[in-house]
This record gives sequence, C-alpha cells and structure tokens, in this order.
Amino acid sequence: MNRPLCTAGLALGMLLLSACSSVQPWVKPYERDRLADPIMSWDRDALSSAFLDHVYESREGSRGGTGAAGGGCGCN
Amino acid sequence: MGIPLPSRLALVTALVGGVLGGLLTGLPARADVLPDNRADVFYSKYSGGGMAISTYEASAHVNATENIGLDYSYLVDKVSGASVDVLSNASVIKDERKQNSINVTWIHDKTTYTLGYSNSKERDYISNTPHFSLSQDMFGDLTTITLGFSRSRDEVGENDGTAQNPNVVWLGHAESRTYDIGLSQILTRNLIAGVTFDVITDDGYLLNPYRSIRYYSNSPLGYSLLNQSPQTFPDTRTSTAVEGRLKYYLPYRASVTGVYRYYRDTWGIIGNTFEIDYTHPVRNMWIFEGRARYYKQGSANFYADIFPYFDSQNFEARDQTLAASENLTIGAKATYAWLPDGWKLVKRSTMTVDISQVRFKYLDFRDIKDYNDTPAGGDYAAGAEPLYRFNAMIYQLYLSAFF
Repeated sequence: MNRPLCTAGLALGMLLLSACSSVQPWVKPYERDRLADPIMSWDRDALSSAFLDHVYESREGSRGGTGAAGGGCGCN
Repeated sequence: MGIPLPSRLALVTALVGGVLGGLLTGLPARADVLPDNRADVFYSKYSGGGMAISTYEASAHVNATENIGLDYSYLVDKVSGASVDVLSNASVIKDERKQNSINVTWIHDKTTYTLGYSNSKERDYISNTPHFSLSQDMFGDLTTITLGFSRSRDEVGENDGTAQNPNVVWLGHAESRTYDIGLSQILTRNLIAGVTFDVITDDGYLLNPYRSIRYYSNSPLGYSLLNQSPQTFPDTRTSTAVEGRLKYYLPYRASVTGVYRYYRDTWGIIGNTFEIDYTHPVRNMWIFEGRARYYKQGSANFYADIFPYFDSQNFEARDQTLAASENLTIGAKATYAWLPDGWKLVKRSTMTVDISQVRFKYLDFRDIKDYNDTPAGGDYAAGAEPLYRFNAMIYQLYLSAFF
C-alpha cells in the first residue's frame, strides 16, 4: 500500500531537485554575519533546553515537537 | 476522508527522502564542521506542587577527528515529596534517577549523522532509548532538513514498600517510537524560521501506578480514593506535534524569538503552546535573556476528577497531567563570559544562571489533599472542592568550558 506513495514521493523529490538547480541563495554567505551571532542560535544551551523540556513533559499531557529526547518518568 | 496516519508518515518520509536522496548526489559538497570541544557541569532545583527535585549533570563533547564527535552526559535527579494526586493517596516519595547518554556524530560533506543511546534508571522505572538522526544542509546552506527516529523500551514498576524499605513490583513494559522531521530556513539576513513535525506512538503499560481515580460513594467523605481504585488506560497512544518558530535579529544587537506548538493525540488531548524570548548581549561579557511561555490543554477523553461510580467506563484516569490545565512561565537568564580570552587549554568559558517561575492552574482537577482532615468533605461537597493550582520555581546554574 505504501509502495506507490514512496514512488510518488521519490518522483516528486526528483522533480523538486530539477527545479532546485536554478535556486540561488538569496542571502549570500557574506551577508550572514548577524545570523552567525550566538544570540541567533536555536539552542544556545542544549542541557538547559533538554532539562526544561523534561520538566514540561512530566507535568503536561503534551510531548514532542521540540526535538528533545525523553528518558525516565520523573512523574511522581 | 483523510489519509491514514501510517500512509501519511510514509508519504512525508518518501517526499523528504526523495529530496534528500537527490540532493545528496546532486549538489557540490562543502563540508560542515563539528562544534568546539566543550565540557559542562549543570545544577538545577525544581520546587513546587509538593515536590523538590535536584538535578546534577556533567557532559562533554570531544572531537575524535575532524568529522567524528563524541558526546557523553551523566545525570542524577534526586526527588523528594510527591505531586498532589500521589500525596492524596498517602504515598511519600523519595527517589533517585540516573541517566547515561552517549552520542556519536559523523559529518560527511553537508550531511550530519548522529547515533545515540540513553539509559535512565530509577528504582521503579527503567528506560532505554537508542536514537538516530540525519541532518542535511542544502540550497547554499540556507536550508537544513533533519530526520530523526528513536525507540524507547521502558520497564514500569511500583514501589509497594516505603522510601527506606522499597519493595518494587514490576508491572509491565511500554514501548515508544518517535519519528521527527525538522526544517530550518534562513529567510533574510536578519530572520530564520524553523518547523518541527513529530509523531510518537506508544504501546504497552502507559499509566502511572501511583495515581488512582476517585468516585462517588457512601463513605463519610462522599467519595472513595484508595489504592483499590486504580486507573485504567488504553494500551496505545499516538500523538502528533507541530512546532513553528521564528528568530529575528533586531536593528540593534539583540534577538527576539517566537514559538508556537500545536499538539493532539488519540487520547483526545489538544494542547497549544506559545513562547516568546528576548536575548540581549551587553558588550562581549554578558548575554541576558527573558522569556514567557503559555501552555493550555484540554483533558483526555477518559479523564474525570470524580467518576459516578467505580468501573463506570472502560478507561478511567485521574492523572493530573491528563486534566484540562494551563500554565504560564516567566523566566530570566544571564550568561557571563568569565574567561573570554581563555586560560591554558581553555579557549573560553561561560557561567549561566537561569531562574523561572511556572504558575500551574487546573481547570477540572480539584484540590483534595486535605481529604483526611475534612470528614464529609469538610466545607466542600465531593466534586465541588477548589480547583488545584500551584506555583513552581526552577533554578539552574551551569558552567561551560570550550577547548
């Protein structure tokens, strides 16, 4: 059942790829000085982010979507 | 009629796989680089809702070669007290959780592969989680796509003894699989966007054995809530979460981040999260950050604060995490570069203090912690007690050294 979907996906991927050959980076490497600033990092403190995600996941019904891994219950 | 979930997963995976497969062979390579070697020590303290948790963690990242990096972290959680629904059940908890995590990262041209394994162990809960992710830069490094998969196998137990003399009874296993896809996109020279989509499927023993339902009865309290009224959960759960984020570099040197996450699962929980962060460096010595996060969720289909009678429906839960609730976090963080020019082997080093307050408010979970002292419900009839709310404080302190 999933084989046609995979084939369609691969075909679409190749199609997108052929279109991509004309894509030019609209922000040049020399224009990325601000983006390279540590204050623009998605996750400057990974340990702290993982800890806070664990705090929330242990107390809320929601989980995931933040890219953090689980581990243990911590839910007493 | 919508596409079934497995087919949707296959479609998304095939689409991204197709794009990645083509790009891996189709673009000229320019290698990415691993981050600097670093070591961190981390301490945090959480207190609120009857619980106090101290966390100690040490972690290190070492680059073995130019394109192979190793990460290791060791974490200990010391837990005392118990949340109100457990406390209502007359259990006092004192526990410790230890977690070991290791990651190997390999960079090949524009592709980063990460393979990891994590083991978490406490007296009555053991979790083992291998995970794999693949990250690909493309379109002149304006775009990064990440695919991830992890599978955890947990053993769930219950301590029938006391904190000093534990007697753990193992109740069952739970398996969880996480599939995630992430996209990070540079939009302008001041703006980047990110989207993460993930699906988590659970199977097995999913309930928390320390929590019980309550139901109307002829007891003096008007309800019963004892160990003989355990919860009954479904054996499976599938959840979907989508998170979008934008980060903008302001006209002066500072940044602002906006985050929104939508969550829903097969237990009927729908959650929405909003977050905004502001980051402001001062000279090259300090970085200050302020954040606000608001979260709101609806309750699970089979949740009730009080049931009409015992066994009134197939699945029954009074786990406070499944209740309708909202919470608001206000936090502030300061990072100080205390060795900005390095010392001997250390290139630079930072120290960070982070303080947050979280205000939890439940919309259909009632506060019955004084039930032993209030015969016949005290001032309140069963099911009419005040809604539960509490404030938690979270303190974090960590040191980072880069080599």
